[in-house]
Amino acid sequence: MHPRHPLVELTLARVREFLREPEALFWVFAFPVLLACALGLAFRSQGTPDVLVGVLAGGTPHGELVATLEQVPGVRVRALDRGGADVALRNGAIHLLVVPGAPVTYELDPSRPESRIGRYVVDDALQARAGRRTALPVADRLVTVPGSRYIDWVVPGLLGMNIMGTGMWSVAFAVVQARVRKLLKRLIATPMRRRDYLLSHMAARLTFLVLEVGLLLGFAVPVFGVPVNGSWLLLSALSVLGAVTFSGLGLLVASRAQTVEGVSGLMNLVMVPMWVFSGVFFASENFPAAMQPFITLLPLTALNRALRGVMIDGSGVFMLMPHIAILVTWSLVSFTAALRLFRWR
Amino acid sequence: MAYTALGGSSEGVAARYADGRPIALRCVGLVKRYADVVAVDGLDLEVRAGECFGLLGPNGAGKTTTIEILEGLNTADAGDVEVLGQRWATDAAHLRQRLGIQLQETQLNEKLTAAELLRLFRSFYAQGPTVEALLSSVGLESKRDAWYGKLSGGQKQRLALACALAGDPELLFLDEPTTGLDPQSRRQLWDLLAEYKQRGRTVLITTHYMDEAQVLCDRVAIVDHGKVIALGTPAELVASLGAEHVVEFALADGKTMPTVEALSLLPGVRRASVQDGRATLIVSHLHEALPALLASVADPDAFTLLTTHSATLEDVFVALTGRQLRDA
Repeated sequence: MHPRHPLVELTLARVREFLREPEALFWVFAFPVLLACALGLAFRSQGTPDVLVGVLAGGTPHGELVATLEQVPGVRVRALDRGGADVALRNGAIHLLVVPGAPVTYELDPSRPESRIGRYVVDDALQARAGRRTALPVADRLVTVPGSRYIDWVVPGLLGMNIMGTGMWSVAFAVVQARVRKLLKRLIATPMRRRDYLLSHMAARLTFLVLEVGLLLGFAVPVFGVPVNGSWLLLSALSVLGAVTFSGLGLLVASRAQTVEGVSGLMNLVMVPMWVFSGVFFASENFPAAMQPFITLLPLTALNRALRGVMIDGSGVFMLMPHIAILVTWSLVSFTAALRLFRWR
Repeated sequence: MAYTALGGSSEGVAARYADGRPIALRCVGLVKRYADVVAVDGLDLEVRAGECFGLLGPNGAGKTTTIEILEGLNTADAGDVEVLGQRWATDAAHLRQRLGIQLQETQLNEKLTAAELLRLFRSFYAQGPTVEALLSSVGLESKRDAWYGKLSGGQKQRLALACALAGDPELLFLDEPTTGLDPQSRRQLWDLLAEYKQRGRTVLITTHYMDEAQVLCDRVAIVDHGKVIALGTPAELVASLGAEHVVEFALADGKTMPTVEALSLLPGVRRASVQDGRATLIVSHLHEALPALLASVADPDAFTLLTTHSATLEDVFVALTGRQLRDA
């Protein structure tokens, strides 16, 4: 058989090695699906989330308060003694504690949004019971159509996070391991072109990307009804671009590290800020305005915004150009820098 | 070590010959310093095409640094290197196609099979044997589909050799190829190298096993502290001792070891040394030296060790440095 191109052989070697590593397969393919599943269950849009209320027992009679609150839809109430109530408040088992008496006292941690909401729900019920009348008639329209639920928003974020995580880990680990084992040194003792070696890592990533994105969307779209309002082709192209960008970053992070421990630290340094800032689980708009330009330039922010643009807003390629430009810049810069800085020995 | 340049040749450095044979590899005045040590200290070498040349020396003598500079994997602080008439600075891409290299410690990909690894290495070279031919040349046909991680130490080294042969190299570099192998695996590897040499190819091998150098090498350079301290065929080097036999002995605690001077004066003894209570005599006439030694010690129960063997490269190293090769 005529020898194939070195890039093909290097890529095949990477793909084979990876497929022969069952643990890696789990983390790359099964874990994201499990995570989406867990998030989907936690934030499923069947009704409003319950308000968990404790009523302090002992002292002033509490039976009537409990009975009143039990009739309020969306409120789960239970009577607690002082010690139990403190523990339950501290670990979030109840969102607020109602202390009977005159006046009735609400105990809550104002930094927990669900506690502040709970306070108004409970207060409203108790005031109505005491005879307060509604001054202004209002009506609610509950928005639970696919496309505007939390799960619809979080799945593109999970997709982005997964493309980042597996891209960086799989590339960086393989490179550092090859360096520790002196395999890199052995390879440069052959006529192999160095560029081919780095490119093969990117190429191998793309092979798995198809499975990875396919599995996550193949689960989230039918099970949770997560929409893909834009073009599937654009969504695929964005995934490929993201995978290239983050394998480039993985190569850069691994370009000089001499130990697996060393590269793990560097990886966390690079990835943890993006998990926090780039809008995976909550919108990056929560951070101060002064930080926004910096956050916008992060590759994961760009990828997440582009993925949400396609899946939720149905944006076309033109609308997503700024994000695409950021990703392309990151991949070119990181690949070139990695090739230049790379330590082969 | 004289070489002559053929005047007026357009091939320049490639046209250097020694004893009528082209020079495959040459280095002059090689120096490499690390933070606090001088690893290579003005080392000169000349390897002729078609010979198996050995760099013999203890661990830490600078063998690996030297061979890696010659392989273009390390750079020298000073000195000049020519490989197959070319230089690393200008001809690296071309040179890589012509060389086969086995590093001292490379672990290939654990979960790739022997055939997959060879196919990978073969793909880097413009020409060379087929994967099947490579497998059979190192006797690993039956392991073609076995993962590298499942091979024995000897099989791994043979596979590493096959990877080095993937481009059908003109010059083969081997850095301690049999270190850590069992005697049978070492012998297998020696046989493979002997076959390769028969095809007229050049080999540069480093080793700290004197028997390996003696069996494999046409010429040997003994290296210590980054310098060549002796050079010649194994037979020439052993002959340089001026005697063919070595007597080693040690005495029980409390017995007085004769002085080096007294030992040197025994009949048939050419040279004597004592280190750590162990005496080494280089002896030309064993039948004279041995009775004289026994007579001089008088008490036959005093010996805790008394052995004789034919002189080897190891004894050359000891004679030159006063240290044993294996624990130097």
